[in-house]
Amino acid sequence: MSAASPGAAPRGAFSLSDQPLDLAALRAMLADPHCGGYAAFEGWVRNHNEGQQVLRLEYEAFAALCHSEGERILAEARERFGVQGVVCAHRVGLLALGDVAVFVAAAAAHRDEAFRACRYVIDEVKHRLPIWKKEHYVSGDSGWVNCERCATAHADHGHGHGHDNGRAQSPAEENSHEHTHDHE
Amino acid sequence: MSAPLKGLLLAGGHSRRMQRDKATIDYAGRTALERSLALLHPLVGEAFVSIRADQAGDPSRAAHACLPDLVPDLGPIGGIHAALHSDPSAAWLVLAVDLPFLDVATLQQLLANRAPQRLATAFVSSFDGKPEPLCAIFEPAARAPIDAWIAAGQRCPRAFLARHDAQLLELANPRALDNINTGEEYAAAQAQLAGASAAEPAAAPRALTVQYFALLREQAGRSQETIETRAATARELYDELCALHRLTLLPAQLRVAVNEEFSDWSRALAAGDRVAFLPPVAGG
Repeated sequence: MSAASPGAAPRGAFSLSDQPLDLAALRAMLADPHCGGYAAFEGWVRNHNEGQQVLRLEYEAFAALCHSEGERILAEARERFGVQGVVCAHRVGLLALGDVAVFVAAAAAHRDEAFRACRYVIDEVKHRLPIWKKEHYVSGDSGWVNCERCATAHADHGHGHGHDNGRAQSPAEENSHEHTHDHE
Repeated sequence: MSAPLKGLLLAGGHSRRMQRDKATIDYAGRTALERSLALLHPLVGEAFVSIRADQAGDPSRAAHACLPDLVPDLGPIGGIHAALHSDPSAAWLVLAVDLPFLDVATLQQLLANRAPQRLATAFVSSFDGKPEPLCAIFEPAARAPIDAWIAAGQRCPRAFLARHDAQLLELANPRALDNINTGEEYAAAQAQLAGASAAEPAAAPRALTVQYFALLREQAGRSQETIETRAATARELYDELCALHRLTLLPAQLRVAVNEEFSDWSRALAAGDRVAFLPPVAGG
């Protein structure tokens, strides 16, 4: 991680960045003499997913909605766990193996609240933020995570009104909002 | 891992109180059968029309994939029974044909709250608080208990759900499952649907901005566009864009955002709205 990344200093508690995350600056946002516990989570780009060798990742975000929903998640974490501070930063753009894709940290009077808030935020972020991940594979192939398998089976269907088209996709794949790919 | 979902439209009734075939009556220009199938198709892999064995030659039904009852004269539970036996590995989204007020949002509520580890997922009636079996998901595990239920001489699918392990949901739209059985109820439903379409005419053409992300951006070949459309709701707009850009994602896979806030498929659109359809997310 490059620490010298001028565009990366976060402003709000939730931030998106097209530059490597400045982890020291994010941590410094939480410095507070009331706090005795600090917990942080980093999601890294790993080299494999579902049997494919991953070369690099691309993240795309709906920035305006990400900010409002991201701040909402952080407010929920503060409310539920009573932490003093909580931050989250997510990368967009092209990422290489080992890059930090997402960072979450919480500071509280005691460690338990900090751990729990951190866990809550990363789980909610994965399910709720309008962020999409495209994997580029060693094979030269690429695909949008959670989108591709279900989409192809539907490609020939004339949207909803043809009665005779046999369609193959299963709803288990269709409802793939629940599938997540942990980096940890 | 939940079982793949197939659709079953119950259209095998005798419509005795109605004194005409409920499947072919007209709602806002479409037959009840066509309207129900159009709701069902985007949500399931395959959809079938449940029929009595003696309806196999009926032209309004023969145009569709049909599933005849295996045991005659059981009523609706006979259709569900036949479906669970026709594909024991599938779960079945079961709909009655006489639900003129049923909307996409209600079906999406059902799917989103599906409990595949139980025998069924259903709504409770907004009239009497009892389970509504005729807009429900029956899991593969319901087959044996339904066999036993029928073997014990029982018929009522509501009682079946009430006495078995079913996930029961409150209707977000309490009118969605109002059904019609008599000519008077049909007239009232027609008047209400006509009233609804008079209050919301097919919108006059106006300019909207559509934002595309990820897979949809690639399929549409652009990240944003301004289009002139008569689409009244987000759902109508998506149907239009699917045809225009050959988009492949199903509405059930997407979320709707209007003016940078989460919204829903029934959202009425206004000139200048910025609309986005969000593919399944994968942050973190």
